[in-house]
Amino acid sequence: MAYAAGVDVGSTQTKATIINEAGEIVSRSLTDTGSNVVHAAEAAFQEALESVKLREEEVEYIVGTGYGRYRVTFGNTQVTEISCHARGAVHMFPQTRTVLDMGGQDTKAIRIGSSGEILDFCMNDKCAAGTGRFLGAASSALEIPLDELGPTALQSSKPVKISTTCTVFAESEVISWVGKGKKIEDILWGVHQSIASRSVGLMRRVGIEEEVSFTGGVAKNIGMITALEEKLELKLNVSDESHYMGALGAALFALDSILKTRVPAGHLEKQQ
Amino acid sequence: MEKKLTEGIVGRGNQDGAKLFKQWFELLNQTAETNGLAAYVFVMGSMAEILQVFNLPMVFPEINSLQTAVRRVAHEYLNEAEDYGYSPDICGYVKADVALQLRGGNHPMGRIPKPALAVLTNACNTYIKWGEIWERMYGIPVFVLDVPGSRQGGLLTFSGDVSFENDRRYVEAQIRELITLCEEVTGKKFDIDRLREVQGYANTMNRSWKRILELNQSRPSLFNALTDGTIYLGVFNGFRGLKEGAEYFQDLQEEMEYKAANGIGTLTDEKYRLVFAGVPCYPIFRRFNELFTNWGGTFVNSTYLWFASGGGNRGYEYDLDRPIESLAEGVLLSVRDAMNSMFHQNLALEEIIDSYDIDGVIFNPIKSCRTVSTGLADGRRALMASRGISSLFIESDMMDRRVVSEAQLKNRIDAFFEGLAARKQRELTTA
Repeated sequence: MAYAAGVDVGSTQTKATIINEAGEIVSRSLTDTGSNVVHAAEAAFQEALESVKLREEEVEYIVGTGYGRYRVTFGNTQVTEISCHARGAVHMFPQTRTVLDMGGQDTKAIRIGSSGEILDFCMNDKCAAGTGRFLGAASSALEIPLDELGPTALQSSKPVKISTTCTVFAESEVISWVGKGKKIEDILWGVHQSIASRSVGLMRRVGIEEEVSFTGGVAKNIGMITALEEKLELKLNVSDESHYMGALGAALFALDSILKTRVPAGHLEKQQ
Repeated sequence: MEKKLTEGIVGRGNQDGAKLFKQWFELLNQTAETNGLAAYVFVMGSMAEILQVFNLPMVFPEINSLQTAVRRVAHEYLNEAEDYGYSPDICGYVKADVALQLRGGNHPMGRIPKPALAVLTNACNTYIKWGEIWERMYGIPVFVLDVPGSRQGGLLTFSGDVSFENDRRYVEAQIRELITLCEEVTGKKFDIDRLREVQGYANTMNRSWKRILELNQSRPSLFNALTDGTIYLGVFNGFRGLKEGAEYFQDLQEEMEYKAANGIGTLTDEKYRLVFAGVPCYPIFRRFNELFTNWGGTFVNSTYLWFASGGGNRGYEYDLDRPIESLAEGVLLSVRDAMNSMFHQNLALEEIIDSYDIDGVIFNPIKSCRTVSTGLADGRRALMASRGISSLFIESDMMDRRVVSEAQLKNRIDAFFEGLAARKQRELTTA
């Protein structure tokens, strides 16, 4: 049995996914990227190996993706996360026609064709507005852990209107709402709605077609899923793998490379 | 003899272009040092034909500014203008020029003379506000040539109807006013035979430029529209109507004919033929291009080569038997065409796609130029609907390094080529 791996070195977290020849996920891992990108890539890959007791040499091909893809020094090649998220989403949800990937510093909208090919893509401008970092700023200002933001926001009954989309100014706006005596859940729901609006705008630039799959680290946030579904008026494809979709896509590209080099069974006999 | 002719022909355009550029800036430096007269003009409607009759050295502030970016000192000029009070949102070309004026004309390529007059058109609305800055700084006359734009979207500018003739007469009347102004500023009498001579050289340049652009339909492409093309553009503007300019473009055409006949391309392995829409990213000029050539992509044409040559791509030739009337017609058609190439870029791109065997279109809206960038997103959507071609939308700037993110650019460009490669693979499989 041959294995393929994808390592997605993102701005905030690094993910590794290992798949088998059938394209089934056998292992995955997650670590903070930190300042040593090479180390983060190695650590994520090693952790994915160890959790299923695989040896490094059993993984035939490794694809690096994400901003740090060229720092996956043990990888065989690199593919952008745009291609990888699209590939992973189509693998998990074959009817995917639009992908929204929301990560730490980037939000990407990707349009997919009927054969799984990328028709168009669009990313946020040269700032982190409307990305996971915006939630990070709110989390820091309100001193609420990231994973509690979504559930807290959903308790809102009267959301505030967050006017800025600038991540730098978000913190001061959040604080100003606290100063005005607004409830934390109302402020947080306002933050989620603000990000959702910006993301939907991005998706409209490539054209929204169902099914829509939500990927990236922010796809773990139930508040963001709800805010997006309300704005889009449709159900999003989300799974436990959404956070790892880039690494999964990279692993699938790695598997392509393995299978490409294989001589089909019986091929040599036929030639003789 | 034949061998001698072709020796050193490949790359001659770039080498000679660099020499002429140096020569041009030496003239400007000398003019500044001797307090000589100079005219400030723009690439869309420079009115070089009239100014050369009066031997007025031409200063192109747009070219001065982009040269500071290519030479990686633009930030110094931009910061200086912003410290003076100009907003970061204002056109980077304007701000670099303001700083240049504040520095007494000090430019990396030499000293730039002060203007004795400025000639501008309405092709870019910033031109007019820009001219007003010099008017305030130096008290000089600023001549605004109002060129009527297209009455309908499209590039069918060659028309002979009544409204066209009215427009032509309107431009002609303004040209006659400009001649009077130049006589006042220089103290020289207008010489119609000198105008014919200048127009003859301009005709040669226009004819060759049109042919050179057409020759890049060759596969492999003969020159890179982004990098080499910018050198050609500089000569086309700076030496318009001069003997040196005419000779340069004849030589350049000869070089391209030679390369086409011998299959000499700009890349050794041309995989993707691209067209560029917008203004180049001068702060990382060479690197920006490498992000494409590293994938085997090369720019075979661009809307920039159309509008920044002031519509010279159409190859209009003046009728020397009626020089002023014909000049008015040429200016009207060319400047209008330049405006169309900016405001209806999707139509210009369709024309290029249909004749240059294009694999993909790169849209590069720039932060500090609304004139060129507004409408690019809509134009892209229209183009994708009409031609179904792959396209990439990236954002950068022509001057300001602070808003150019190379990592983000690379990510998008790499993803674009991954998509192009997959598309080619699918086409091969289904063929």
